[in-house]
Amino acid sequence: MNRLTWTITVALAISAVVPAAAAEVDEVVSRANHAAYYQGKDGRAKVDMTITDKQGRERTRQFIILRKDADEGQDTDQKFYVFFRRPADVNRTAFLVWKRTGADDDRWMYLPALDLVKRIASSDERTSFVGSHFFYEDVSGRNPDEDRHVLEEGTSDFYVLKSTPKDQSPVEFASYRTWIHRGTFIPIKTEYYDGDGNLYRTYEALGVDTIDGFPTVTRARMSDIRTGGHTTIEYTDVKYDAGLPDDLFTERYLRNAPRKYLR
Amino acid sequence: MPKGLGPGTSESGTGLSAPVLPPGLVTDKEKSLTRTDSEITADSSPVEFGGFFEARLGFRLEDDPRQADSTVREARIQLELQKDWDVVSLRTVADLLFDPVADDDRLDLENGDGALDLREANFLYRVSSRVDVKAGRQILTWGTGDLIFINDLFPKDWNSFFIGRDLEYLKAPSDAVKVSLYTASANIDVAYTPRFDPDRFIDGRRISYYHPTLGEVVGRNEPLTANKPDDWFSDDELAARLYWNLGSYETALYGYDGYWKSPNGFDGSTGFFTFPRLTVLGASVRGPVSGGIANAEVGHYNSRDDKDGTDPQVRNGEWRLLLGYERELVSDLTGSVQYYLEQMDDYGEYRGTLPAASPARDRKRHILTLRLTRLAMNQNLRLSLFNFYSPSDEDGYLRASAHYKMTDAVRFELGGNYFYGVNDHTFFGQFEDASNIYAGVRTGF
Repeated sequence: MNRLTWTITVALAISAVVPAAAAEVDEVVSRANHAAYYQGKDGRAKVDMTITDKQGRERTRQFIILRKDADEGQDTDQKFYVFFRRPADVNRTAFLVWKRTGADDDRWMYLPALDLVKRIASSDERTSFVGSHFFYEDVSGRNPDEDRHVLEEGTSDFYVLKSTPKDQSPVEFASYRTWIHRGTFIPIKTEYYDGDGNLYRTYEALGVDTIDGFPTVTRARMSDIRTGGHTTIEYTDVKYDAGLPDDLFTERYLRNAPRKYLR
Repeated sequence: MPKGLGPGTSESGTGLSAPVLPPGLVTDKEKSLTRTDSEITADSSPVEFGGFFEARLGFRLEDDPRQADSTVREARIQLELQKDWDVVSLRTVADLLFDPVADDDRLDLENGDGALDLREANFLYRVSSRVDVKAGRQILTWGTGDLIFINDLFPKDWNSFFIGRDLEYLKAPSDAVKVSLYTASANIDVAYTPRFDPDRFIDGRRISYYHPTLGEVVGRNEPLTANKPDDWFSDDELAARLYWNLGSYETALYGYDGYWKSPNGFDGSTGFFTFPRLTVLGASVRGPVSGGIANAEVGHYNSRDDKDGTDPQVRNGEWRLLLGYERELVSDLTGSVQYYLEQMDDYGEYRGTLPAASPARDRKRHILTLRLTRLAMNQNLRLSLFNFYSPSDEDGYLRASAHYKMTDAVRFELGGNYFYGVNDHTFFGQFEDASNIYAGVRTGF
């Protein structure tokens, strides 16, 4: 084979493989995003969060989270309603998010002692959610289009995805690596690396159960390697496709909690 | 390479940190974590009980011979009870208060005087999928301002606000019926208060104030006595709000028919202050702008007992305008600014009928506010600064506080209220002697 023919053959071979590889990574990313944030048309869970600092001191947060997807199957906009129970000083505080992919979220907080519906500026998604080691973005989901994704060599159990942000300025990580379970596409572990390539933060799914037919993370932990603290989340009373009405995610239910869905 | 991490980990360079498979992934047994129907009580939840114990102590920065040295020195227990059924909820919140600073401790559930301050006692009835009714004693708030009120004509407790009680006490309870109607396009709230609920206004018993006819700042030596309209159903208030969303923008129209909430009239023949009749119409919009939240609100105050502005004993009507913007400046630091304007109607008539020695108000009163809030220590420490400044009145009011949550149950607060002004007859300037610092501890249960 002369050099030209050899080059063309290699180019053709690569062009056959590369779109397939691109298709595969897109598929893994899309299915993992779906498994993590979009299962069922809606969902509810009771959440117990234990925040532990490096001295081992604990704080707890207990809340109920309701979620509804805007367009079934599209994995785009969602609405969240969070109703706090513990600690006592945040009991009946409620939080409403209209998540929009491609635009800033709309966020409100309700302070019951003042009957005040406060609108919250939501530009920074990577700040702590209620003082825990999870960010807002970890709770509501990061748009897969904001990062470039590459499939690394996986294991028999996991796909391994390496992601780097398209825009470095709003995020504190330089890259992150996710282990995604091959059977269920549930992200089981995520490691975050800073600009020097050091690991500074880790997410781990510690327990998975199948609920209403959906594989669901029921126990997870976010650890801050730098400060030595971590937050453990447990999900109980998980339910999918409860038929949550759209108007649950409005001011009406911020001021007067929808008891029926919060028990 | 550590072994036993799970099948296949030796295949990959990333195997060292590959996670262990969580147990639930290797089993296909479906675990039901939802409670079965028999476990859920179908009709009601258990009675919810909660509350807190609080102690608070505060001192004036200046001497005020007309007042006690302490601005606040109290112990408080708040008890909260709630019971929910399918369509009805009952709720009560009551404060038991031991307050040796209070001049008068006779029990008055309307004013919150005495050992019991009943904050809430109401029921909520979800009449249908479109209508809610909440009746009884309740806290009501609407409008877009941050400590600036145009269309929120619900009663406020200015004493608590100025002496460093928790911010929740700025709002005084209303005894009202609120009917809410919800539709896909817009919603309406109508709040009917059958007997006028005035502000818990500054009356000299704890904070000294400028007395307009005496022409000086007075306190306990000259408490403000007011004639309150208090006939059931004839001295009533009606407040309404029509609100809807235009995309991300919350829009509302407001109406109020009742009385000035603080005594803004004076009856020279009796020496009593009065609450003249008032009607307010207004509008607001709030929504995202450039990564922050902007709001605009306007209202016209129609002082019905002095329609042409010629009665010097009744406050003139006015326009009120508010423009505000809030955004996160850096991580965990939020700032906001507001511009507020009061523009008096019939200013010429006001000046023409003003008694000779009385200091004149400006036609336009401007206020600028600035708020900075910083969270630290995993959001357990909150530092907050809020300043009102009036360039036209040349006075202002600075609120500073630090809240620290030592544990989930116990939190400490340290703060100060600082009033400043060139004159003693302007709104903030009159309270200069009330400047104070305070500390509090609260334990929730």
